[in-house]
Amino acid sequence: MKDLFAVVMLTGIYSLLTASLFLDLDAVDVAFTEASVGAGISTLLMLATLKLVGRFERHTRYKPALALGVVLVTGSLLVYGTLDMPHFGSADAPVHQHVAPRYLNDSMAEIGVPNVVTSVLASYRGYDTLGEILVVFTAGIGVISLLRVSRRTKKDSRKKVPVDMQQQIILRIVAKMMLPPILIFALYVQFHGDYGPGGGFQAGVIFAAGIILYTMLFGLSSGQRVFKPVVLELLSALGILLYAGVGVACLLLGGNFLEYNVLRHDPVHGQHLGILLVELGVGITVASVMITIFFKFTWRTVKHKYKNE
Amino acid sequence: MNILGLYNYWIVVVLMMIGFYIVIAHENLIKKLVGLTIFQTSVFFFYISMGKISGATAPILDEKWQLYSNPLPHVLILTAIVVGIATTALGLALVVRIQEAYGSIEENEIQVQDYHDRMEGQLEAYGFRKKHVLSVQKLEE
Repeated sequence: MKDLFAVVMLTGIYSLLTASLFLDLDAVDVAFTEASVGAGISTLLMLATLKLVGRFERHTRYKPALALGVVLVTGSLLVYGTLDMPHFGSADAPVHQHVAPRYLNDSMAEIGVPNVVTSVLASYRGYDTLGEILVVFTAGIGVISLLRVSRRTKKDSRKKVPVDMQQQIILRIVAKMMLPPILIFALYVQFHGDYGPGGGFQAGVIFAAGIILYTMLFGLSSGQRVFKPVVLELLSALGILLYAGVGVACLLLGGNFLEYNVLRHDPVHGQHLGILLVELGVGITVASVMITIFFKFTWRTVKHKYKNE
Repeated sequence: MNILGLYNYWIVVVLMMIGFYIVIAHENLIKKLVGLTIFQTSVFFFYISMGKISGATAPILDEKWQLYSNPLPHVLILTAIVVGIATTALGLALVVRIQEAYGSIEENEIQVQDYHDRMEGQLEAYGFRKKHVLSVQKLEE
């Protein structure tokens, strides 16, 4: 397929199908994340890239024989490796024997949060999540430094609404109507993550998707009037500081790092508070990093367009 | 022992090999990234399908249910998805910079350009000054 636009669209559909399959496998939180990340943000970023690198693939030589051989050999070895694995859906598989029963049986008494995924994510494996957030932050820094644009191009992007969007009145009005529900839904997902599927990761991505929708239809300058790049960069660091700060607060109150029990007199209340703050930190960092990444790509596009003219 | 109960792993292997094939067979860098995404989702499927228990429900505690799927793989994959998009964005940014530096995102064309640059650099190192040196294209002719 030479048309990369079709490739990107098919990837988006594939992500949506993936999400529904995750839902069927009982992983509601994962399905939520995949639907908003894979079908939403990732497709948008790929489209922004296509605008910069061109839509069509050049004609290139194509020798699939060697690759096909390597793939077939690796695949058959992997299938041979699965022969010892436990059957699909079996309850006595080794995966279910170690920590999972503890999470399922004791988390209600220890954490008091019905969604086990949230309690494992934010409390039992809080270190792990802190690390993941750091990786997201680092990737954001990487994108910022790779796609640096000098600030002098600012006056070039003074046009408020992009030319190709000025005609699309229906699209813009509908988007304007949809924007508040999207942002409120993001906040709902953020703060209801204890009781249903959701949490900081999903909420951050949904919030970012709302802002990105606005930016796409009303132009980069109006988007950046709401969220200034400097503010976004500060916010992405602030999220991690909030997360790590909760950990340090636990240390100062006499507990271990990220041991939320000491935050309040009642350990369960302390866990609630800790999880709320930590998820908020995750949400802030993820949302601002995603918006920053999109802004950087779009700004590059604006500059690119003016350079070519 | 019924071997068909392992079908979830085979789906994972097939998906993984499709992604692997795209990464090594295609020259276009965007397609390589798409292949990497498919490879990544196959790993996600591997984890999630291991956590599934037949007849169980999603791990949100409620009195009506007794059996829940394993929440641990869900947590690991949830964070992995978000980290995955962040690294994909980094990859796309690199692709944009490569396009600006080389004027192409086809790997073979980039390699040809690199080869020419290296040859010219070597010629210069052997004492040909830049204004005397024939360009590599002319040497090849």
